Amino acid sequence: MYEGVVQDLIDELGRLPGVGPKGAQRIAFHLLAADPADVRRLAQVLIEVKEKVRFCRTCFNVAEAEECRICQDPRRDPSVLCVVEESKDVVAIEKTREFRGRYHVLGGAINPIEGIGPDDLRIRELMTRLADGTVTELILATDPNLEGEATATYLARLVKPMGLRVTRLASGLPVGGDLEYADEVTLGRAFEGRRLLDV
Amino acid sequence: MHVAHLSLTDFRSYPAVELPLEPGVTALVGPNGQGKTNLVEAVGYAATLGSHRVATDAPLVRLGAPRAVVRVRVVRDGRATLVELEINPGRANRARLNQSPVPRAREVLGVLRTVFFAPEDLALVKGDPAERRRFLDDLLVARTPRLAGVRADYERVLKQRTALLKSAGPALRQRGAGVDLSTLDVWDAHLAQVGAELLAARLELVATLRPLVSGAYDAVAPAPGGTALDYACSMGPDVEPATGRDELAEQLLAALSAARPRELERGVCLIGPHRDDLVLRLGPAPAKGYASHGESWSYALALRLAAYTLLSADGGEPVLVLDDVFAELDAGRRARLAALVAPAEQVLITAAVAQDVPEALTGAWVDVRDGTVQRVR
Ligand SMILES: Nc1ncnc2c1ncn2[C@@H]1O[C@H](COP(=O)(O)OP(=O)(O)OP(=O)(O)O)[C@@H](O)[C@H]1O
Ligand SMILES: [Mg+2]
Ligand SMILES: [Zn+2]
Repeated sequence: MYEGVVQDLIDELGRLPGVGPKGAQRIAFHLLAADPADVRRLAQVLIEVKEKVRFCRTCFNVAEAEECRICQDPRRDPSVLCVVEESKDVVAIEKTREFRGRYHVLGGAINPIEGIGPDDLRIRELMTRLADGTVTELILATDPNLEGEATATYLARLVKPMGLRVTRLASGLPVGGDLEYADEVTLGRAFEGRRLLDV
Repeated sequence: MHVAHLSLTDFRSYPAVELPLEPGVTALVGPNGQGKTNLVEAVGYAATLGSHRVATDAPLVRLGAPRAVVRVRVVRDGRATLVELEINPGRANRARLNQSPVPRAREVLGVLRTVFFAPEDLALVKGDPAERRRFLDDLLVARTPRLAGVRADYERVLKQRTALLKSAGPALRQRGAGVDLSTLDVWDAHLAQVGAELLAARLELVATLRPLVSGAYDAVAPAPGGTALDYACSMGPDVEPATGRDELAEQLLAALSAARPRELERGVCLIGPHRDDLVLRLGPAPAKGYASHGESWSYALALRLAAYTLLSADGGEPVLVLDDVFAELDAGRRARLAALVAPAEQVLITAAVAQDVPEALTGAWVDVRDGTVQRVR
């Protein structure tokens, strides 16, 4: 244990994803030794990001306004909606330039081990968006791993009575993987070859 | 195939060791606790990514060291492949094939195949069903490395579904019928799908093994036994498992739906290949609980010998490892086992005393003492 504020810093850093106790200590001591101006800049962007960036009220992608750029863009096709787990998946798909529709960011996948069920995801909001009939095709682009597949199956069953065209990205994506790590070419092909999801 | 070279860094008791090997028989001999089993355990790890002694990787790393490295040069039909594994407990292992990193350690499965005889094998006959399921699944993966993925997926679905049962059960009792069970339906579907793939593979394997085990038992035991293998399925004795994967998935789904109230009540997953057993019969009775000590040993050896025959028939004869087994056997079984394994392309034996190595298995001799290895013959 270190004294007071040093330990507080280590504790806070240790709560970040991917940072263990050892890593937290390393970062903390790096910050202590760093140039005060650098640290001030880091503190400033941390505060700024929380003040300026929020979640789009329509699709829950990160946004700097009430709505994100994609939701505001009138050229994006409102009849095709792509459902992803995280904002970073939107970035990955945008890079492919294959997709001209809109997004819905769930905020994760169904994962009972971590206590995440449908109510913890933005599924109710998705259903509200689908209610007015604008969307005619729903693309389920959750991660190609078990939890992502389960979430896709759950959603496909849920929207089945609405009679939408429901598709799942074609395989070719490495199974057990994360969407954000798929290279652009693979992800682009997966979009072209998406298949109807029959549940 | 054979292992031409084994090299370890911070594996078990070894900071560093190099062991060149040749086809034929090699006996690793030395007093207790000197590191003989550690050497062959590393060979087994390179083949299966698991240890025959422990369920987790942590004990494989030398105490105080951050990671262990196992390097094995495997020669098959005159062509050498270098398998390198970095064991990082608590994190993903890293692997290289011929110096090139592979995306997942799983990709090295199938390069080296081993059949491992060990004193622990008695648990195949006398132990819990989990031991026999592992025997089947390890053999499945050795024959068809792709199934390692199916096995891992199944374990993951099972964990997720069990977690859901554990939380849904109490919620249901508290709030009554208002709880939404549609996510459970989704996990049922996934469990049935992946479970059916595993189950279909096991059923086919058991059918293939049946005559091989019977033949091996009669060859190694003093008297013919009349062995038979039954696959006991969690769906119950009234369900005759289908042969096709889709039909099996339907059967599993039906069994899951019938078991759901009990599952919710108990918070455990009662249906699926993780609840199955391979029943070993000897004459009219199951071996477990009925067979004598000697008969149990014959059965355990027969299972391993059958695995050896099967893998050899697939092409790519496996390396045989016999860790301390001769010390466990009477003279008759010892001699018959020695004669059965002697013709193999490579046999690695460990023994604490030289007399425990049968004469039929005279070959190279390596002294293992205090963490050093020395070829003496
Ligand atoms: N992770 C580890 N770090 C350091 N030493 C270890 C580790 N795991 C095991 N050992 C040591 O390795 C030794 C056991 O080696 P091994 O099991 O290979 O013995 P053996 O030669 O096969 O003996 P026996 O004849 O009794 O079977 C023990 O002394 C044990 O303390
Ligand atoms: Mg030993
Ligand atoms: Zn938006």
